Amino acid sequence: MKIKHNKNFTAGAVITAFMLTVILIGMVWTPYDPNAMSGKEKMLSPCLAHPLGTDNFGRDILSRVVEGAGATFIIAAATVAIGLVAGLVIGGLTGYYGGWLDEVVMRFNDAIAAFPSILLALVLIALFGSGKYNIILALGLLFIPSFARVVRAEVARQKSLDYVAGAKLMGAGDMRILFLHILPNIVPVLLPSVAIGFNNAVLAEASMSYLSVGVQPPDASLGRMLNEAQGYLLTAPWYALSTGVAIILLVLGFGLLSEGMGGKYGAA
Amino acid sequence: MTKRILTLALAVVMTAALFIGGGQSALAAGTGSTGDAAGGAITVGIASDLDSSLDPHVSSSLAGTREVLFNIYEGLTKPDTQGNLVPAVAESYAVNDTADEYTFTLREGVRFHNGQEVTVGDIVYSLTRAAGLETGEPLVATLAGVASVEAVDDRTVVVTLSAPDAEFIAYTTVAIIPEGSDPADGIVGTGPFKFVSRSPQGNIVMERFDEYWGEPAKCAKVTFEVIEDGQTMVMSLRSGAIDLAAHLEASQVAELKAAADLNVLEGNMNLVQALYLNNARPPFDDARVRQALCYAVDKQTVIDLAGDGHGTPLGSSMYPAFGKYFDDSLTNRYESDLDKARDLLAEAGYGPDDPLRFTIAVVSAYTPHVNTAQVIVELLRQVGVEAEIRQMENAAWYSDVYQGRDFDATITGMDASTLTASALLARFVSDNPKNFIGFDSADYDAAYAAAVGTTDDAEQTAKFKECEAILAEDAANVYIQDLADFVVTQADIEGYQFYPLYVMDLSTVYRAG
Amino acid sequence: MLITLLLISLLAFLAFQIVPGDPTTKLLGSEYSPERAASLREEMGLDRNVLVRYVDWLTGFITGDLGVSYSYGMGVDQVMEGKGAVTAALSLLAWVLVIAISLPLGVALARWQGGRLDRACVAMNQVFMAIPPFFLGILFTYVFGLVLKLFVPGGFISPQQSFWGFLGYLTFPALAIAIPKAAMVTKLLRSSILNQMGEDYVRTAYSRGNSRWGVIRGHVLRNAILPVVTFVAMTLADIVAGSIIVEQVFALPGLGRLLLASIGNRDYPVVQCIVVIIAFIVVFMNYLADVVTQYIDPRVRLA
Repeated sequence: MKIKHNKNFTAGAVITAFMLTVILIGMVWTPYDPNAMSGKEKMLSPCLAHPLGTDNFGRDILSRVVEGAGATFIIAAATVAIGLVAGLVIGGLTGYYGGWLDEVVMRFNDAIAAFPSILLALVLIALFGSGKYNIILALGLLFIPSFARVVRAEVARQKSLDYVAGAKLMGAGDMRILFLHILPNIVPVLLPSVAIGFNNAVLAEASMSYLSVGVQPPDASLGRMLNEAQGYLLTAPWYALSTGVAIILLVLGFGLLSEGMGGKYGAA
Repeated sequence: MTKRILTLALAVVMTAALFIGGGQSALAAGTGSTGDAAGGAITVGIASDLDSSLDPHVSSSLAGTREVLFNIYEGLTKPDTQGNLVPAVAESYAVNDTADEYTFTLREGVRFHNGQEVTVGDIVYSLTRAAGLETGEPLVATLAGVASVEAVDDRTVVVTLSAPDAEFIAYTTVAIIPEGSDPADGIVGTGPFKFVSRSPQGNIVMERFDEYWGEPAKCAKVTFEVIEDGQTMVMSLRSGAIDLAAHLEASQVAELKAAADLNVLEGNMNLVQALYLNNARPPFDDARVRQALCYAVDKQTVIDLAGDGHGTPLGSSMYPAFGKYFDDSLTNRYESDLDKARDLLAEAGYGPDDPLRFTIAVVSAYTPHVNTAQVIVELLRQVGVEAEIRQMENAAWYSDVYQGRDFDATITGMDASTLTASALLARFVSDNPKNFIGFDSADYDAAYAAAVGTTDDAEQTAKFKECEAILAEDAANVYIQDLADFVVTQADIEGYQFYPLYVMDLSTVYRAG
Repeated sequence: MLITLLLISLLAFLAFQIVPGDPTTKLLGSEYSPERAASLREEMGLDRNVLVRYVDWLTGFITGDLGVSYSYGMGVDQVMEGKGAVTAALSLLAWVLVIAISLPLGVALARWQGGRLDRACVAMNQVFMAIPPFFLGILFTYVFGLVLKLFVPGGFISPQQSFWGFLGYLTFPALAIAIPKAAMVTKLLRSSILNQMGEDYVRTAYSRGNSRWGVIRGHVLRNAILPVVTFVAMTLADIVAGSIIVEQVFALPGLGRLLLASIGNRDYPVVQCIVVIIAFIVVFMNYLADVVTQYIDPRVRLA
């Protein structure tokens, strides 16, 4: 597997590694319990005890940003996982067999992919109801087409290569060829898509939770916190700022990584 | 070639503009129709859009709609700031000894917004329509007891009830509309303001009615701007985009206090905020579990954390503005006691290995309730209860929770639509259609029936208090507080008055100087 | 194109028939009773077959009858009155800003490739692309609205009050939407131009004595702009969707606010209408991108 080792990749790797480290540490330890409230320590400015201050319930903002970044990351990961697995199956089968089913599925895919994902997500949320798991389901479903498209194109290309013909001669079954022989070969092509997927998933989760249809209080998530922080822009601008910067770092890290791997940043 | 692209881009822009903007030349109406006459024009921010219909006999269910319509429609009587009923369209009224016949005398010179003088025909029409005497389906539930409405002469109307009801007079605040009219075709009332226009999710505009029978409104024009987002409301106040907003919560006020050019008034919302529990199904069909929650949730902590210490703790379905019906001693029926809570939970079969888990439904637009929910989840965590918040839209809450009764617990505020104790207590009678928590107590039903059945005031008060005590004793709900109601206005806005009901009277508000 | 639209409208319609919850409960509120709900359902035609209702709705939609809003009891066109204009103005302003910022900037960066401006912008670009528009909106509200007081947050000015005030108020929301998109387009244009610079015909052009600027203007731009045009056209749909969220940040009375409220209120007719309108924009912009591409480069034939 070849990766262009360039500035983008390095910067992306550093930022992502930093965020992942913070998130991983946050899963085991945070300075304070992110949900613990304190009537005496409401709306504190940044200080030694609370480097990012406290919110309107006296909760430590730093702990919540870490916890929120973790929640956002996990949702993004789950979303990408759903999109990727279903995309692999759909894209793999349609790319390998082709035919009218391929036509129909891809037409449908194109139609969905052309539609703004936020809007579709809202429609799906109206159907499923809001909440963490419904957000994962809704966004996961929406990510299937883009993965399916990439997988399909690559499978269709690989299908005609010599090694597939070779495997066929050896008597390997279709499923065996598809998942054991072709699949490992499309991983390099898939990686940038996965990074872009992460990127879009983080943005989508943040938007949905900002609109109060994603993660439910009192759980932290970056979008959810940005929604709360907006009410305290004048008295506590660092609340909105630190949350926003966390989103930007997550998105930027994955964006640069995908670009370093040769993907097209910004195009889903 | 560059030119060609430009032309194309322009063509695209214009086509799109034509398409999207097509047929929308007539934009939001009601701007600039009057100048700033005496008292000026005032812009009020409201947190939710009004009901679909502004029919006063239909839309009485949404508190947010009622408080706006209060300025436009009037009944035979209307409440004043002290919680008394004062005659409005009626000049006076009389009750017979058995409290089943009410006689109203029409005030002279009361005019509708369309200029017509109010006649007894209008009153008979309005009450007949609201009580559903012709359709058999009362539009206003409190008028279900009306048997007949008759005009005796051209200034007197007699209302006969099917059963005695000493509280009936409080229900006569129902709006009077012109005979034969349908509010769907035009909004015509007798109040100090007349309706001008409405834009969904936008605004509602009303103007002073110059031929009003009583004290005329002090400002010439009021625009209600729908601002559903609490943060935006705060920003609009700061920036001066709106002049007045009511029902703000403490944290919003804290954000606004930094601005010196704003007035902050504090009153009460006049509602019963509680963690309403579904008594009809597990886990809350077990009184021990309900009581455990009452011991675990310290009202004052909730008020301190979610309301910055503002709010009046409550112990039953009654708030202090009701004066004689309010029983202060119930407030501290359950002193915070975590051990007792754990014991009761253990008795009911819940423990560290099998913790009590349930979901709290809350309407996402109501920040105070969402904040209260967050604190309660945290408090319950301390006794090992795992509560989860489920934010819902208003419509979903109505259909799933309120009407469908498919919920474990919900945080909301129950307000009184009329100045009667039964407005708050009727819903807990076992067969009442509004009994969404499925409370079922024979003692309660008996006490309530005794209360409404008597014409003796002292006995009635005692029976209503008995009802309240039963609710507290059975831990029907985890009662929290009557929320603090903050009204914030620009520095030059004066005259705002609080009512013991959930209304917003703008006729006394004006711009000074 | 027509089939896609039909499909989307059918999906939009069906989707909102299976949403849990019933509009009658909202309409009746706490005055709800099963009998009343049943009679209201009948009155609203909700008791009929789904497909019958779809055909009814579609014929109405085509003939300009957008249906009646459940929440407001008035025509959907009346409910949307004025709101479509706000969203349209915001989206188009943002779109024009994307073009106005990215075209000159992309060309300039390619022209002075490797220069100080180029290096600074390429790095900044990456960051701008990562900023969610609603966060940019919050930042603008704080910096330009609350600190510098360049605009009045929440003080929306309707086009009747003052057309220029209206556009002025939309500037910051439009910028919040436009900047991340402009960063993407700038980057795309720059790399597209630089890709072309390695082609044979460019070397030929140089050998004729053209300057770098002359080559870009006279030869490269025409080819390099192709993928950008398609992207910019598709961007409009994204911008419309983005405005749904940004309208919340700036309290703009547009379709976004209406859409969110209608989803919550299960006001199907309004939601369907807005979704289908946005779908139409998407499909139309795709089609337009093809037409424009063909116009610039006649070698591309429309399928």
